[in-house]
Amino acid sequence: MAQETVFRVGLASCGIASGSAPVFERLNSLLAGIPGARLQRAGCVGLCFHEPLVEVERDGARYLYGEVSPEVAERIVAFHLRGEGRVEDHLVASTVQDAPENGMLARQVRIVLRNCGQIDPERIEDYLDRGGYTALRKALGMKPEEVIAEVERSGLRGRGGAGFPTGLKWKFTRAAPGDEKYVVCNADEGDPGAFMDRSVLEGDPHSVLEGMAIAAWAVGAGEGVIYCRAEYPLAVRRLQIAIAQAREAGYLGKDILGTGFSFDVHVKEGAGAFVCGEETALLASIEGRRGMPRPRPPFPAQKGLWGKPTVINNVETFANVPWILIHGAEAFAQHGIGRSRGTKVFALAGKVRKGGLVEVPMGMPLRELILGIGGGVGEGRTLKAVQMGGPSGGCIPEPLLDTPVDYESITATGAIMGSGGMVVLDDTSCMVDVARFFLHFTQGESCGKCPFCRIGTKRMLEILERITRGEGEMEDLDRLAELAVQVKDGSLCGLGQTAPNPVLTTLRYFRDEYEAHIRDKRCPAKVCSALVHYRIDPETCIGCTLCARTCPVGAISGERRKTHVIDDGKCVRCGQCAPVCPVKAISVESP
Amino acid sequence: MRPAHPTADDRTALATILAKYRDGRGIAIPLLADIQRQFGYLPPWAVDEAARALDLPAAELFGVATFYSMFRLKPLGKHVIRLCRGTACHVGGSLRIAEELQRRLGVAEGDTTEDGLFTLQFVACLGCCSLAPVMMVDGDVHGRLSPDKAVQVLEGYRARKGEA
Repeated sequence: MAQETVFRVGLASCGIASGSAPVFERLNSLLAGIPGARLQRAGCVGLCFHEPLVEVERDGARYLYGEVSPEVAERIVAFHLRGEGRVEDHLVASTVQDAPENGMLARQVRIVLRNCGQIDPERIEDYLDRGGYTALRKALGMKPEEVIAEVERSGLRGRGGAGFPTGLKWKFTRAAPGDEKYVVCNADEGDPGAFMDRSVLEGDPHSVLEGMAIAAWAVGAGEGVIYCRAEYPLAVRRLQIAIAQAREAGYLGKDILGTGFSFDVHVKEGAGAFVCGEETALLASIEGRRGMPRPRPPFPAQKGLWGKPTVINNVETFANVPWILIHGAEAFAQHGIGRSRGTKVFALAGKVRKGGLVEVPMGMPLRELILGIGGGVGEGRTLKAVQMGGPSGGCIPEPLLDTPVDYESITATGAIMGSGGMVVLDDTSCMVDVARFFLHFTQGESCGKCPFCRIGTKRMLEILERITRGEGEMEDLDRLAELAVQVKDGSLCGLGQTAPNPVLTTLRYFRDEYEAHIRDKRCPAKVCSALVHYRIDPETCIGCTLCARTCPVGAISGERRKTHVIDDGKCVRCGQCAPVCPVKAISVESP
Repeated sequence: MRPAHPTADDRTALATILAKYRDGRGIAIPLLADIQRQFGYLPPWAVDEAARALDLPAAELFGVATFYSMFRLKPLGKHVIRLCRGTACHVGGSLRIAEELQRRLGVAEGDTTEDGLFTLQFVACLGCCSLAPVMMVDGDVHGRLSPDKAVQVLEGYRARKGEA
């Protein structure tokens, strides 16, 4: 039989947003009825900046093409099936020939993302072909205590942010008295700038289900809940398909694999509240109430869902578990440094050239991650900082980029590992504005239970807004630092305890920017609109009227072929005039 | 847009939903989600009636309804714009887009245009950070936006209004 040629199209949310659906349709009609050609739907490969992506595999050789339009898809088919023409201009990575992103992929270790982009997430057969559910089978042949010991030895820690040892959490839940126990998967990926869990759920949902089933066996739970944010409709749909298939195949439900062990999972959609990422708030939300955190102890391992012992882990943590069971704790622990073992998935975004999803061994220096894998910042720009951990995290400045990614080292900088959001900032990013942005977010998401979080974040936000308007005073910086400590100490849950981090880290590393806003009424990055002015250089302006016609508020005046002028009082700093000027006469200035 | 007073059909539709929730725990969120799916928003009369039927304090249901961003007590426009205000989008300039859309549509965040065509919402993160800045209109994501491009996208939806 002739070798099969497989065409895979990345159909995760980001792929679809870039236009991969019409590419899939075109390939579907092109390949229909052609013997030896198979079209496959796949999740995200991680090279989001090259979407839409199509991979071709034949005789074990792989060719990944980027920026694929339906027309390029035709060329790919012509080349691979008939040897006609060339498509090298779209080749981004390959296992058999040189390609621009080979290096980016070679630096990664794929444990969590082992199947993402490789299998059709809507077909359990694909997952089984790659060894899916063998870990569950193996676990069911072990004693629960042995499974827990294996996970403990691997050194796996919670990938949701706090980094609590997973095996220990399981051990506590197993030890807690009671017949009724639960396994909960936290898929409420709320950090803005993070999309790791979405990609795993969309690209390899069975790995999460298998991890949950293993956890259930280990702790003695019979029921599982995946709490998934409603903003991820595709992830929810694929999870539901996967659950139905796993039930059908006997990996979920009653008497799993004939062992007498029963465990079933259902999906609960979140209703949009950041605080529900906190475990006790999440449980309240599953119980149908307002998602408000409660004091711990008792921890969920003792009293969780419906007051019963509950294991809560996030998506990425569960996705690691089957791999650990199959390959062994040692193979997992071989990656990483210190108390941080294994790999971590990061969503690389912001002012970075090659944004996407990357998985690297713990301990890789940030610099290698951002420059080596992410390709650094854009032409002519300078890297200023990287924001890690979202609203709970902080900004790590460029001079500290040799910091390795491990829980303890990242915490020492004032940021946190967090769930994996990594937003790169360059010289066009204002650090005061970034701090204000996060405070605005956490202030709005504070559930209001603790006064320090409810009112303290509000006061901090007001101060930051004053500073970005140029109305701040130097004493404000002391007030910010003081409030930050009070909010941290006076809050019950992680939201309030970490909300000041973006302010504290920017104050620590970028105090000069705060001072420029306060003392000189100047925004060095030219971002804060109250402190910038748009100006037309009279020498350069050719009077083409383009800017005047573009201005949405009529702030630009001037006759045809005569110099134009911006009325600073009317100007709303929307920035639309500068890019349309054919002679680059419009500049942004901050005194 | 729907009238403020429920029709007989509306009441029947609500009764059908409520019948599913006679007992069971943790029902507030799925119940409200069902009502919202039926009416496009949470009509206050329906929430009141649900509370009565299920013998729950109305405050509990309204408490849940106002806690979560998914629920709304006002009807939506024909097209819902969800402008991403996540970190990557923010550093990519989404604030300028937010300002421009509010100016062009003449509405504030969360409101619906007078002609009922657009509702403008800001959301925390759509998870499409590598395409920042992005917005979602109904189910479709539009990426790599500028204020100008965002307005053009909406013009496209406005133009389609006549065809519908």
